[in-house]
Amino acid sequence: MPEIAIETRDLQRSFGDLVAVAGVDLEVSAGEIYAFLGPNGAGKTTTVRMLTTLLQPSGGTAQVAGHDVVRDAAAVRRSIGVALQEAALDPLMKGRELIQLQATLHGMLRPEGRRRAEDLLERVGLTQAADRQVGTYSGGMRRRLDLASALVHEPKVLFLDEPTTGLDPVSRKSIWEEVEKLNREGTTVFLTTQYLEEADNLADRVGIIDDGRIVVEGTPGSLKAEIGHPHLEVKVADGTADRATEVLKRFGKPMPAKDGAALVELETGAAGVAPVVRALDDAGLAVESLELVEPTLDDVFVAKTGYHLEGDEGSEGSDPQELAEPEPAP
Amino acid sequence: MIVALGERSIKQTFRRPQLMAPLIIFPTLLLAIQVGGAGRAVDLPGFPEVNGFLDFMLAGAMIQSTLLAGNSGGIALALDIEMGFTDRLFAAPISRFAIVLGRLAGTAVLGALTALWFLAVGVIFGVRIEEGVAGALLMIVLVTLSAVAFGGIGSAIALKSGKASVVQGLFPLVFVILFLSSAFFPEALLQEPARSIAAWNPLSFVVEAARDPVISAFSADLLVEGFLAVGLVAAIGLTLSALALRSRLRTGG
Repeated sequence: MPEIAIETRDLQRSFGDLVAVAGVDLEVSAGEIYAFLGPNGAGKTTTVRMLTTLLQPSGGTAQVAGHDVVRDAAAVRRSIGVALQEAALDPLMKGRELIQLQATLHGMLRPEGRRRAEDLLERVGLTQAADRQVGTYSGGMRRRLDLASALVHEPKVLFLDEPTTGLDPVSRKSIWEEVEKLNREGTTVFLTTQYLEEADNLADRVGIIDDGRIVVEGTPGSLKAEIGHPHLEVKVADGTADRATEVLKRFGKPMPAKDGAALVELETGAAGVAPVVRALDDAGLAVESLELVEPTLDDVFVAKTGYHLEGDEGSEGSDPQELAEPEPAP
Repeated sequence: MIVALGERSIKQTFRRPQLMAPLIIFPTLLLAIQVGGAGRAVDLPGFPEVNGFLDFMLAGAMIQSTLLAGNSGGIALALDIEMGFTDRLFAAPISRFAIVLGRLAGTAVLGALTALWFLAVGVIFGVRIEEGVAGALLMIVLVTLSAVAFGGIGSAIALKSGKASVVQGLFPLVFVILFLSSAFFPEALLQEPARSIAAWNPLSFVVEAARDPVISAFSADLLVEGFLAVGLVAAIGLTLSALALRSRLRTGG
């Protein structure tokens, strides 16, 4: 596979007057885990659908595993595995049947497909449930089955669209472990997420998307370092906050007080905490609580977009692929 | 690949009783009611020479079932679209139209099964097929091909709308089309304008071709017209399906 697994140049997609993806340039190296981070409606799913040939771009170009997504779509589909949002699984199919069908669709003969299904079911811990209908599976089980079916043909590039949305922490961790294992085996992973922790923990590089554009891109560490340094939040006894602020000024740039706590930017990070504590003690100040707060990807997001990713209303843009809710089956 | 998708389609139908019921139970009940309640229609002047009303009605019941099979196939495809399962298929390295053909393969098998069912019911309740085994085989072939043809229409509607409720909403239209044909009553005894509509309704040609080996000897004309009608409906259905599929892939929904 080429060194660049995924490459887009001014990739665009509109739905009538609605611009869902306004021009995305990105490069994902082979063997990398790349996280596309952004709120609902930012354009994440639309971008994934274009890269997986489910949607034609309105403009720009994209190549996946060295093949153009429009001119050479069949070759792209041979090279990729896809686990979309909502784990689109037929509830009437059995787990084993689904993976065997997927194997057949990727050109495997039935005996080979059956063997592969057994291997994958064991890998994702679904052997016991393999002969039950998918409708009886929990959310975590469905996600694992979805992931297994995306791996049936050992794809070079794996697309995961919000792979852990709606899962409990244990199931989420299990998916993360599987993704990391796949990556160690050489699979390039492109995942979309609205969870900061997921991007921070999993990704080699993160692209923050908002309103159909990438606003910033880099490793989680470099993005956070770009925003600033860690800061120390010190809560002292009532009436002594001003004195605490004076002490803290000696160690870094003071920041606006928050909830009665004095704040100071600490360039040295954790190494600078002990001197601060000694100084506060020498000044006779009783420290009630002390916390070193590292910049988060949410801080990065706020700096670039003006609002928080988690717990906020988010962008006014709308990605119809993300907002559309399928009607319940009759 | 088409076989694998067809197998899935058949399993889906058997595992979803609400899709099976219209194919077998409803047409059988309707057949029983019509034969039990209107059997003396055979005495009407101009009614074709038959051994019994069931002999006349059997083909109509079969074709009714295949029309409903096509509708059910469309509903199932629309459900696949609604739950996103078709995206899984579209992301696979197969011809996108194979997804439609796989669905139609499943509908064809269901058509053949319903044909066998009605043949069995007919024979049990005294139908005498004038052309014997050859006639029965012909009926099975015609009904199976009809299922593919009508299934194409159902698939086109599913691909265009993407909603099972839309396909389901066309269920009553099936009966309008059926009653405006010679499926349940001889065309010559229908009143205008139903008679004129029935004369041109492709369904009439299909039913007459399927009925022919039951109530009389093979007629080459009726056979040719029946297969041509099936071919015409299939061509329309498959063309509309291809266009709807292309539109869906272009717009992503």
